Amino acid sequence: MTTTEPAPTEERPIGFGKLLRKEDPRLIRGMGNFVDDIQLKGMLHLAILRSPMAHAKIVSIDKSAAEAMEGVVAVVTGEDLAGHGLAWMPTLSNDVQAVLATDKVRFQHQEVAFVVATDRYIARDALEQIDVEYEWIDPVVDVRTAMNPDVPVIRTDLEGKTDNHVFDWETGDAAATQAVFDNADVVVKQEVIYPRSHPAPMETCGCVADLNRVSGQLNLWSTTQAPHAHRTVYALVAGLPEHKIRVIAPDIGGGFGNKVPIYPGYVCAIVASLLIGKPVKWMEDRTENLVTTGFARDYVMQGEIAATKEGKILAIRTDVLADHGAFNGVAAPVKYPAGFFGVFTGSYDIEAAYCSMKAVYTNKAPGGVAYACSFRITEAVYLVERMVDVLALELDMDSAELRLKNLIKEDQFPYETKTGWVYDSGNYEPALRKAMEMAGYDELRREQAEKRERGELMGIGLSFFTEAVGAGPRKDMDILGLGMADGCELRIHPTGKAVVRLSVKTQGQGHETTFAQIVAEEIGIPPEDIEVVHGDTDNTPFGLGTYGSRSTPVSGAAAALVTRKVRDKAQIIASGMLEVSVADLEWNKGSFSVKGDPSKSVTIQDIAMKAHGAGDLPEGIEGGLEAQICYNPENLTYPFGAYICVVDVDPGTAEVKVRRFIAVDDCGTQINPMIIEGQVHGGLADGVGMALMQMISFDEDGNCLSGSLMEYLIPTALETPDWETGHTVTPSPHHPIGAKGVGESATVGSPPAVVNAVVDALRPYGVKHADMPLTPSRVWEAMQGNHTPPI
Amino acid sequence: MQVNMNINGEAVSEDVEARTLLVHFIRDDVGLTGTHWGCDTSNCGTCVVLIDGEPVKSCTTLAAMASGHDITTVEGLEVDNVLDPVQEGFMQCHGLQCGFCTPGMMLTARALLNNNPNPSEEVIREAISGQICRCTGYSTIVRSIQWAAEHGTPVSVGN
Repeated sequence: MTTTEPAPTEERPIGFGKLLRKEDPRLIRGMGNFVDDIQLKGMLHLAILRSPMAHAKIVSIDKSAAEAMEGVVAVVTGEDLAGHGLAWMPTLSNDVQAVLATDKVRFQHQEVAFVVATDRYIARDALEQIDVEYEWIDPVVDVRTAMNPDVPVIRTDLEGKTDNHVFDWETGDAAATQAVFDNADVVVKQEVIYPRSHPAPMETCGCVADLNRVSGQLNLWSTTQAPHAHRTVYALVAGLPEHKIRVIAPDIGGGFGNKVPIYPGYVCAIVASLLIGKPVKWMEDRTENLVTTGFARDYVMQGEIAATKEGKILAIRTDVLADHGAFNGVAAPVKYPAGFFGVFTGSYDIEAAYCSMKAVYTNKAPGGVAYACSFRITEAVYLVERMVDVLALELDMDSAELRLKNLIKEDQFPYETKTGWVYDSGNYEPALRKAMEMAGYDELRREQAEKRERGELMGIGLSFFTEAVGAGPRKDMDILGLGMADGCELRIHPTGKAVVRLSVKTQGQGHETTFAQIVAEEIGIPPEDIEVVHGDTDNTPFGLGTYGSRSTPVSGAAAALVTRKVRDKAQIIASGMLEVSVADLEWNKGSFSVKGDPSKSVTIQDIAMKAHGAGDLPEGIEGGLEAQICYNPENLTYPFGAYICVVDVDPGTAEVKVRRFIAVDDCGTQINPMIIEGQVHGGLADGVGMALMQMISFDEDGNCLSGSLMEYLIPTALETPDWETGHTVTPSPHHPIGAKGVGESATVGSPPAVVNAVVDALRPYGVKHADMPLTPSRVWEAMQGNHTPPI
Repeated sequence: MQVNMNINGEAVSEDVEARTLLVHFIRDDVGLTGTHWGCDTSNCGTCVVLIDGEPVKSCTTLAAMASGHDITTVEGLEVDNVLDPVQEGFMQCHGLQCGFCTPGMMLTARALLNNNPNPSEEVIREAISGQICRCTGYSTIVRSIQWAAEHGTPVSVGN
């Protein structure tokens, strides 16, 4: 009765382990299917006219010359859209954003009009023929002055708005924290700025909209990390019936949060297809991507730590000024306007904490939560890890020793922080000690001391981070009223092959591989026999998508649990096949056998055929072998890690070279160590980029100065070292397989390690702090005793 | 204007606007979408193809400039159902995640290995330094190219 099940090998595990990716065979042949690869019959091309000014009234728009051009099919302005009630759209933070500006423009490169033409060159040519008359308004560029009474009000579209205020927010206990500060031996203070950054995925954003006027069906191929959430928002914005909208996210060329928001270009393409009756493609160019789509960070943080003179951290306090740009486009759970910044107490056991925050509008592109930040944990971790080093310098204590003294202990988990976050599990000290061992920490410090004697600048920087990922429990978390649970469906075909359908969507993380491994681990079907379907709202169950490192914590849990549900049914069918009771069966990863008589067994493949075949099934059991669930996470998961960065700074040119980077990550149970290592590597490169190179900057008129990859510098293979990675494993107690998620850990954890290393290198110059990005000019300034904030 | 070139061993002849970029010609006119476009400014290298065996950024090359030359795109790396060792190396060493920069990276790697079958890590990093990957942090790309150097004999491409 049994068939031989394939034996797992090291190269081909049935379940968890290193497994080469199922995505790769098509991608290494150039046979991926990215949005811009899609060609539909009769497809037209859309290009967007953007404002040259950051803040200006639109006096008039003359589109007649553009409309007269051969090949131009339509030219549409904000006024035209207003006629259809489509000039404005909701953001993911319950604000509104102009699809095309009607009254005035509020950031440079804001969308003003669009052209639809027969090819992309003609569409771009026609933009130059649109004549727009603007009337200058003084822009609000400096976040620190945005709330001054004399500055122009940006959001005149909001009724009764008399200032540029977005929200105030606080967390923790102000009075208790003040009491601790009043009695502390040591208090350190430092302004810490996380400048505006941008995810800049290699594939820019775009879509192909194909709206069938007869059936009312909209097919939208789109660069989206969250196809289901987008579908619902389109239904709400455009009034289209949701069952007539199909959002397809084909291969996505990197997301990093950039592809979570809904951008005006998507809406323009849908409207164009609706108006013209043909498929319409819109693809950004690189400038459009950098200067208009979801930026990240932009926090000015006043940090304070209170401690004993022996180095016990007692309290952490911060006041934050947050630049949200011209529209509040933050993509975070609605009850968390500052994302998960509340975890700014980091990995330390402290007595009190308090944060106050003010968010303001400025004449800059909207965004705020993007770029692998786990909903603002990048900012939180950077603040606390920079401040701990400021304290170490004040106390003249080794920064590793200071951290070891204050880390939350293993027996304190689950640990509730003073701002109300319950860290599910952790074992921090071994991770830090492992990183120190891999780095040869003591030897590095000896080398540094010798080099300082010789006038050479070598720095060693540490960071220890705790992430909070897997949003989230639906009692607390939703986006635009949509609960952050995720569905998963598993079908086992008669021959024992399977298809699993996910609500989340890979942008390179390898879901087609790891989700097959999760199912394989639970039911013993080889991963190559499991097809993973994702990125298509018509063919997958509802869920909120991939961002905030939530795929494994939420959807991965759903995949494990739906497989267990199928396995439970398989066990009942097996009991009928083997003519024993369910309780007399034991599971052997791929087969059920009779307890005490392993020769009597049936494989999952046998059971699948029986479930679909002829003959009776046990009473009350329907045919087929499939299930669907929707997983609502009990808590977030809390991955953590210890990072050590070693830099050399050229005293003559102030150039920083990252010599080594050691990263020890703990993301709980590991599904595929190869993919985990890859996720960590990518995030480390991001960290080096943000710390040393990447910044979206503006001049005083609000002109964006980072509009191409010549100005917005991204690390290449020459600026990045060969990463040294290690791991510890502390499973999540509430996740079905103990996995915690890892996609953003390194992006969150690495920037402070790099900055701490550079500041450490500059210690002979008396430098206590320097703000990112630590370009040679900024490092040189610091060496001269000057400090120029990047904002 | 008429352009004539050899793409992956096949003669291609088309009438195009003089301003047509090679990347758009390859993708939209010839229909080989494995070559990607990423930045307009020669910074990202996702559009790299080989012209007469040398890596070139096709987003800043006119189709007309490629006329009369041999072009190799990612689709030309696999020959007679046999993968180029570079392609195999990228799979074996997790040298790709989203796969968007991968075609350009692999073509640069192929050109490098044709000229230098045993490059050092430093040489590999220099060779791919005109290209950006946002996913991998480059270490696994370096390993992938080293894998190809160890496992494959140089393949004549583009000549």
